[in-house]
Amino acid sequence: MPKIIKDGQVIDDTWVIIDKDFEGVLPMAKVLLPMQYYLDKRDSLNLMCAGLWIDSEEEVEAIGLDANMFPLIAVNFPSFMDGRGFSIGRLLKERYGFTGQLRAIGNAIQDQLFYLKRCGFTSFDLKDGTDLEAACQSLNDFDVSYQSAYDQPEAIFRRN
Amino acid sequence: MYIYNENDQKIIEQRVAQFRGQTDRYLAGQLAEEEFLPLRLQNGLYVQRLAPMLRIAVPYGLLNTKQVRKLAHIAHTYDKGYCHITTRQNIQFNWPQLEEVPDILAELAEVQMHAVQTSGNCIRNTTTDQFAGVAQDELEDPRPWCEMIRQWSTFHPEFAFLPRKFKIAVSGTEGDRAAIQVHDIGIQIVKNDKNEIGFKILVGGGLGRTPVIGSVIREFLPQEDLLSYLDAILRVYNRHGNRTNKYKARIKILVRAWTPEVFAEEVESEWEYTKKIPCDLTREEIDRVKGFFTQPDYEAIDDNDAEQQLKILADDNIAFGKWLQRNIHAHKIPGYAAVTLSLKPTGVAPGDITDVQLEAVADLADKYSLGEIRTTHSQNLVLADVKKSDLFELWQKAKSGGFATPNIGTLTDMICCPGGDFCSLANAKSIPVAEALQRKFDDMDYVYDLGDLSLNISGCMNACGHHHVGNIGILGVDKKGDEFYQVQLGGNSDTDTTLGNVLGPSFGRDDMPEVVENILNVYVENRVNGESFTEAYRRIGIAPFKERVYSNKTGSKPTDPKESTDA
Ligand code: HEM
Ligand code: SF4
Repeated sequence: MPKIIKDGQVIDDTWVIIDKDFEGVLPMAKVLLPMQYYLDKRDSLNLMCAGLWIDSEEEVEAIGLDANMFPLIAVNFPSFMDGRGFSIGRLLKERYGFTGQLRAIGNAIQDQLFYLKRCGFTSFDLKDGTDLEAACQSLNDFDVSYQSAYDQPEAIFRRN
Repeated sequence: MYIYNENDQKIIEQRVAQFRGQTDRYLAGQLAEEEFLPLRLQNGLYVQRLAPMLRIAVPYGLLNTKQVRKLAHIAHTYDKGYCHITTRQNIQFNWPQLEEVPDILAELAEVQMHAVQTSGNCIRNTTTDQFAGVAQDELEDPRPWCEMIRQWSTFHPEFAFLPRKFKIAVSGTEGDRAAIQVHDIGIQIVKNDKNEIGFKILVGGGLGRTPVIGSVIREFLPQEDLLSYLDAILRVYNRHGNRTNKYKARIKILVRAWTPEVFAEEVESEWEYTKKIPCDLTREEIDRVKGFFTQPDYEAIDDNDAEQQLKILADDNIAFGKWLQRNIHAHKIPGYAAVTLSLKPTGVAPGDITDVQLEAVADLADKYSLGEIRTTHSQNLVLADVKKSDLFELWQKAKSGGFATPNIGTLTDMICCPGGDFCSLANAKSIPVAEALQRKFDDMDYVYDLGDLSLNISGCMNACGHHHVGNIGILGVDKKGDEFYQVQLGGNSDTDTTLGNVLGPSFGRDDMPEVVENILNVYVENRVNGESFTEAYRRIGIAPFKERVYSNKTGSKPTDPKESTDA
C-alpha cells in the first residue's frame, strides 16, 4: 500500500487518484476526482467517497466554496519547481475556508515540507522514492517565521 | 543599522543547519542533482565555469566592520583572498569548495549575515540608494522599509518557487539612485497631498534579454498596507507568470501581456483579500525598525570652516582636489561628507577587493565613519559619515590601500559583470574589455573633461552588467565561438531611466578601445555649453556616432540580426 506523510507520521494511504481523462465507472474506493471532472458532472455525482484534486494550472476559484463538500482536497505539483500549488493551498484554506485535509501530490520534495505546512497542507504524497521517515524532520526545519501564512496568520510583530 | 534579535538569529542558524543537511544528502547521493540545484541557489550557491560561486546577501548594501572583517577572513580562509561586489550590492566569492559552504554560512551567521535567497526563483535581496539616510534630497530613509521587506520575504512560504527570480528596490529620493525602474517591483517613497508618507509602486521593470522600464500601478500606497499589497502582487505573479518558457517568465512579460492597467486591477482585487489577513505592518513595528536607523550623534561642525580647510589642502595638493571632486558626495549634516572608495583602479576586475583591502576598509570605517560601510550597485564602497576635517587623512590612507582612484562617476568607473573569465553563461569576456578601456583612457584630465559618464559591460544578454542603462553599453555576443561586442548608446539609469539603442554591427575585442574613442570624440566635438553625454546624445541622435565609428572602422563585421535585436 502506498505510504504518505500525514500529521507528521508515515501512514498507509487508500485514496485513488482518478486521471483527468478518466471515462467510465468510478472504482469502488475512496477516489480523488479531477477538478474538471467534478465541475462537469457535479449534478450527477455521488460524493460519498470522493475527494478532489486540483492541478497547478487550474483556477481554484472554480471550486470556491464547494471546497467544503470534500473531506480531502489534493493539489498537484507537476514538478517541485512549480510553486503555484502553494498559492492554491492558501486560497483554499484562507479564502474559501476549507476545513478538510489538504494534501500535496505529485513531485513535491522533502525540502518543501515546511513551506507546504505553512500554506495549510497537512498530508504529503511526496515524489516517488523519498525516504519518508527521514523526510518528516523537514516539517520542522524552522521554529519561527516572519510572515503570516495559514498556520500562523499573525505576522511575527503581531504575535505576543 | 538593524541588529538581529533572538528570532532573527534563530532563523538564520536554522537555515545553516537545514543547508548543511541538504549538502550532506547531496554528497551522499540521497538528493538528486536537479533537486539540490534550486536549494543551493536559494543559498546563493551557483556552479560556474571553474568553481562554485557563493553570493552573500548584503541587505540593502549595509555592512558593519565586524561583518567586513568576517568577509576578509572568509576570503582568506576559504577563497583565493578576494571577493567581488555585485551590481545588486551583494558580495560574491568565486572559489569556495562546495563541501565548505555550510561552514562559511555558519561563520556568516555569527555576524548576522547569510546567503539566503541571493539566487533562485525567489524574492531576492532588496536594494536601495547607497546614500540612504545621509542624502540631502531624501524624503525618508528607505532602509527601514528595506528591512521590513527583507523580513517579510525571508522564507516566505508561498513565494519560494516563483516562475523566475524577483527583485525589489526602494528609493527614498526623487532622483533615483536605486534603479527602481528596472526592478520587478520598484518602490518610491512619496508624500501625498495630505502630507502623508506612502509609496508609489512600479512593477515589471527589468533588464536581461527583454529590457523593460517598470510601470506605475499605484500612485500612493499607505505605509501600513505595504506587506499585504506586496503579497497581492506576488500572488498574482506566482499564479499567472509564465512557467513554460524561462525567457518569458519574469513579471515584466506578464505585465506587458496583460497591460499595466489590467495587472493593476488584478492586484487590487487580490489585495481586497490579502489586506484582511493580519499580515500588515503596525505602527509599533514600523517604529521598532525605524529605531535601528535613527540619526547618529553627529558633532556640531561649522561647514564653512571645514570647507575652507579643505580648499587650502586641495589647492596644495591637486590629487586630493580631484578626489574631493569625484569621490565625495554631499551629506545632509553640515561638516560631514559621504566618501566613495573606488574599486575601479586600472588592472583590477571592476568591483574586486582583496582580504587585505577589506581589513583596511574596516579600519577606516571604524576610525572615520561610525563603523559602517555600504556597497553600491556601481560596485564600489561608501563610507557615509566622514567628518570633512578627516577627509585628508582618510584620503592618504585610502590611497595606500589602493582605493582612492579619483574616478567615481567617470568613464573608468565602469560597471562590469564577471563575464567569460568566470561565468558559464557568457558569450564573451568582459573584464579584459574593461581593462583595455581603462588603459586606453588613462589620461585623467581627459576623463574629467568628459564629466559624468557611465560605461556598462555585460558578457551576455542576461545583462548582469546593466549594459542597457549605460550611457555607453557593451554587450558580449557570440559568433560561431568567437567573441564579439555590440555597442549601445544613450542608456541611463537615473530618474528618467532610458534604454540604450544599438549602434550597429558588433566588433572584435581588439577594436573596442578605438570604437569607444570614436564615440567619445563625436561627443566632445558636438557638445555645447557643457552638455553631458546623455544630453548631447539626445540632441544629436545616434547617426553621427554611427557614421564616425563605421567609416573609421575597417575590421567590423555584420552582426547576426538575432543577436542585435536581443528579443
Ligand atoms: C557568475 C555567475 C552569474 C550567473 C550565472 C548569472 C546569471 C544571470 C542570469 C541568467 C540573469 C538573467 C535572469 C533573467 O533575466 O531572468 C542574470 C541577471 C542579473 N545578474 Fe547575474 N549572473 C551571475 C553573476 C552576476 C554578477 C557577478 C552580478 C553583478 C555584478 C550579477 C548581476 C545581475 C543583475 C543585476 C541581473 C539583473 C538583470 C535583470 O534585472 O533582468 N550577476 N544573471
Ligand atoms: S551578463 Fe552573462 S556573462 Fe555576465 S555574469 Fe551575467 S550571465 Fe554571466
